[in-house]
Amino acid sequence: MFRNQYDTDVTTWSPAGRLFQVEYAMEAVKQGSAAIGLRSKTHIVLGCVNKANSELSSHQKKIFKVDDHIGVAIAGLTADGRVLSRYMRNESINYSFTYESPLPVGRLVVQLADKAQVCTQRSWKRPYGVGLLVAGLDESGAHLYYNCPSGNYFEYQAFAIGSRSQAAKTYLERRFENFADSSRDYLVKDALMAIRETLQGETLKSSICTVAVVGVGEPFHVLDQETVQQMIDAFEIVGEQEGPAAEPDASAVLEAAAEQGAAAADQGGSTDEGVAPMDI
Amino acid sequence: MTKQQANWSPYDNNGGSCVAIAGADYCVIAADTRMSTGYNILTREYSKICKLADKCVMASSGFQADVKALQKQLAARHLIYQHQHNKQMNCPAMAQLLSNTLYYKRFFPYYSFNVLGGLDNEGKGCVFTYDAVGSYEKVGYSSQGSGSTLIMPFLDNQLKSPSPLLLPVQDAVTPLVEAEAVNLVKTVFASASERDIYTGDKLEIVVVTADGIRREYMELRKD
Repeated sequence: MFRNQYDTDVTTWSPAGRLFQVEYAMEAVKQGSAAIGLRSKTHIVLGCVNKANSELSSHQKKIFKVDDHIGVAIAGLTADGRVLSRYMRNESINYSFTYESPLPVGRLVVQLADKAQVCTQRSWKRPYGVGLLVAGLDESGAHLYYNCPSGNYFEYQAFAIGSRSQAAKTYLERRFENFADSSRDYLVKDALMAIRETLQGETLKSSICTVAVVGVGEPFHVLDQETVQQMIDAFEIVGEQEGPAAEPDASAVLEAAAEQGAAAADQGGSTDEGVAPMDI
Repeated sequence: MTKQQANWSPYDNNGGSCVAIAGADYCVIAADTRMSTGYNILTREYSKICKLADKCVMASSGFQADVKALQKQLAARHLIYQHQHNKQMNCPAMAQLLSNTLYYKRFFPYYSFNVLGGLDNEGKGCVFTYDAVGSYEKVGYSSQGSGSTLIMPFLDNQLKSPSPLLLPVQDAVTPLVEAEAVNLVKTVFASASERDIYTGDKLEIVVVTADGIRREYMELRKD
């Protein structure tokens, strides 16, 4: 009821104790196309949906390498995301220069969060309109953090942000207990499955998604389209069968196969081709 | 009243010599591994050679603390370049960056005498030689450091570069084959070690080719 009176400035509180401009900034994140992240003990996978404005244009870059051991996926105002990535790269380079060792991820996200907080307490600034999924590996293990425009940050086992991310989150919630001991390839498969959830029926192709991996012995890099397409093909069989079928059928198939998938994951990495029922 | 002299210098000379020779499809960069101060040896196994990019290697003699700081600066700037351009810096680009970095400290210089070697965009060998404040030139071969006065005349004799002022423009790179150039470098350092007290112990040779970077070592006189 009072929202419109107190939402002009970021430095104005509402009577209920809220900063509406900050909340509006978090809305911007929800409007952006989906980005997901999940981690095991040794690897973190970031994925995002790449929607181009038209067939003629290229799509926006949403996954950025910050350093060999840190990468970030963004959702929301990609321009803000680009600027923050540049900040993160700079901080990482400066830390390496001074301490001759890689920047611990926990330090980076705190710096990012403090930077975001500043924008919530200056009348001449506005909050960053971008949510960041920061994936990084340091001495204390594999980490996945979510930084939001409010200046808050949380560590996650798996998370999804952006539009239709709830579908991906539901999938991740069902499966996340398996992630810690998952092999790298299964982790990527789970990421692709989560991305597919956000597409809601649209066929998953490597041209509309981007996947990046960082892990022990594996510096952060974006997987190339061919590799991604191969992984999609390995399990996308069920996707074709689903077709325009009703959602309930699909979820039943998913749930049944999820148990198979969990069992198969325990068996350890099997081959990609042929044995389809392993992972849905 | 006599002018007050400095009772302390921020610089020290750790000695040593560096050489680089450019070939048609390779580049040889070499330096000895002795680090000294005054008449003492600090260590016999210090590398003066640093890989700046995939096809770009730098050897520096002089004050090694400044050399280390310079190498770190260049490495950081290279990372930024890679983030922005999605590719590694080529040798001529790195050469310009090195020059700018050195001149930036024109009034408190890096006490670092550098030779930069590598392959240019077409895969041809290139060598750039510098003074302490960034003046540089693309040449076919060069040497820097305490032994350079002994080494350079010998290289001139063996590899004489045509003047870059001549027309038509002639190729600065040596017609020698890689193995011959490496042998020449070994000979040159063996000779320099005889008379230059700051050069010796071990020779580190780095060869940059299209296939990558190869490293080789040779023992030198330890006295």
